Amino acid sequence: MNDRAQPTLKRVTNESGLEVQPLYTAADVAASGGDAMIGLPGEYPFTRGIHREMYRKQPWTMRQYAGFGNPADTNQRFKYLIANGQTGLNVAFDLPTQIGLDSDDPLAQGEIGRVGMSVDTLRDFEIAFDGIDLDKITVSMTINGAAAIAIAMYLAMAEKRGYDVKQLRGTAQNDILKEFIGRGTWIFPVEPSIKLVGDTIEYCAEHAPKYSPVSVCGYHIRESGATPAEEMAYAFCIARAYADEVIARGLHVDEFAGRLSYNFNIFGNLFEQVCKFRAGRSLWAKIMKEEYKAEKPGSMWLRMIAAGGGGGLTFEQPELNIVRGAYYALISALSGTQTMALCSYDEAYTIPTEYSARISLRTMQILIAEMGLTETVDPLGGSYYVETMTNQMRDKMEEIIAETDAQGGIVKLVSEGAIQAKVSAQAYKMQRDIESGAFPKVGVNCYRNDQEDEHKVEFHPYDEDDARVQIDSLNRVRAERDADRVARTLAGVGEAARAGANVMPAIVEAVKAYASVGEITQELVKVYGRYQEPIRF
Amino acid sequence: MNDTAQRRIRVLLAKPGLDGHDQGAKVVARAMMDAGFEVIYTGLRQTPEQVSRIALDEDVDVIALSSMAGSHLPFCRKLKPLLEANGLGDKLWMIGGNLPAQDHDALRSLGFTGIFPTGSKFDAIVAYIRENVRENVA
Repeated sequence: MNDRAQPTLKRVTNESGLEVQPLYTAADVAASGGDAMIGLPGEYPFTRGIHREMYRKQPWTMRQYAGFGNPADTNQRFKYLIANGQTGLNVAFDLPTQIGLDSDDPLAQGEIGRVGMSVDTLRDFEIAFDGIDLDKITVSMTINGAAAIAIAMYLAMAEKRGYDVKQLRGTAQNDILKEFIGRGTWIFPVEPSIKLVGDTIEYCAEHAPKYSPVSVCGYHIRESGATPAEEMAYAFCIARAYADEVIARGLHVDEFAGRLSYNFNIFGNLFEQVCKFRAGRSLWAKIMKEEYKAEKPGSMWLRMIAAGGGGGLTFEQPELNIVRGAYYALISALSGTQTMALCSYDEAYTIPTEYSARISLRTMQILIAEMGLTETVDPLGGSYYVETMTNQMRDKMEEIIAETDAQGGIVKLVSEGAIQAKVSAQAYKMQRDIESGAFPKVGVNCYRNDQEDEHKVEFHPYDEDDARVQIDSLNRVRAERDADRVARTLAGVGEAARAGANVMPAIVEAVKAYASVGEITQELVKVYGRYQEPIRF
Repeated sequence: MNDTAQRRIRVLLAKPGLDGHDQGAKVVARAMMDAGFEVIYTGLRQTPEQVSRIALDEDVDVIALSSMAGSHLPFCRKLKPLLEANGLGDKLWMIGGNLPAQDHDALRSLGFTGIFPTGSKFDAIVAYIRENVRENVA
């Protein structure tokens, strides 16, 4: 107990379960573990930032999530965002693409191009990135179940355009374990899914060493009901599972860990989030150094996008989400993120229009241009509160990781549906607390506008014709491509999978032959089978 | 006493189509279970044929969908005739999730009378089922 706390004050606990005091002093920092883990930016354990000069040298990358309709529609949106000052791309794929279905698959009908762009073959990548300089704009791809195919297409497209793949930067989300917890775009069972992630890491380490083949996502685990401390702890457990897979193949941690990256969420209490990121940065460095014996500093860096905040946005009074987005961007900047993205204010309704996407972009640009957020590294460092809470958040994360390991590890717990059931129970409790008013949410359970009958949100139009155009385009590619080469390379994918070899070289050959996402997925399904979701409450 | 008063209300809660965002479906399932309903949760990626077959096999009183990714209208258009062909036209059809107001009339005309867009409360969903299931039982 903090003896400075007044007995009349109500006890306050953050979402991660840590008590928040009305005042912090140097004594609290000392009691929480002192300054041993603070250090300097650019130095182990990197609590204050992975680089010495951080935004002074270069502001964070701005990377709004975008994609819809056909690749040509998405190419236009990309160019719009770049013209408005966006410095990176984050590709949204439609659901059929994400789960390995071609546009002419009966299961894809009604979903083509709806929540992202549709991709069937390499041709679609060529169209989507036409006229975009891949040396200047790094591309992140939000795809998981079918990530190996998307990575192969991206590398093949870049190579075809004359880029040196060895120098090519970019990121694939490719975090399948979190898809089993939340978001749900899985295809294969757990074990071969992890093997596939290992294949991409191993392949990129050799052939595209500057490409980040995985972005481990605490983000969606948080959206599914995890606390901020759990979000980061579970993400680390998942990253360790991928690292273990690759190390078991004989790679040294320093051969690949420098290209692992992370995706975290930013909604919630500002200080809890900032401390989460500072704590996580030092904990990941410690895990890599002490547990994995990494020697290169780059292997210890928690490189991240701190993004979205979708779980914090509201359907009610959507314009308030612009304000929330500004605070989330502030959290992201104060946290020392490498990349930033914001859910737009209308995302509880629709995929963002140009107008709302531009507001998100401008929000980040205001922080850079007007608010001085890029001038000083880790400006909250040294705050008694922030340093104490950073220490406590780190302890909390370590506790969760130890507990997860003691229960058999993240892979087992995800396979059984145990993590899913745990976070879903927490999401239910949170929703109950919001409904009762115990957890205040402006516009939802307080300061409501009950008179307001119509929300002023413009819906992104869905063009029913997109599906026909996409299927026509797929049929044209099928007619024009070398059928023998397609058959031969597809057979190669199946052979590699059956042999337990790395399937990436075969997938790359198949995509170069213009084999489709669905065709390649089918070859893998024949060997790996399909995931059966555990239903557990 | 009618039949539904003697046995627990049975609800089929389905995730239609390819969308994997199931946080909402799972919390609503828990709310329904807390209300004393028996909930059959399908998991992800259900086709109209699967939803209709499970509804028949499980002899449910309520068929509820959770849709977040915008494909609710094409899905419900396919589901309606299948439910009717299985003799489930007198059951309570509901849908929740990301459902723009401009689509509500079309959903209602397809027979999905219970529409619970994002922001709906658990109590409203539970109350709607209690009131309307009873009415539906002859």
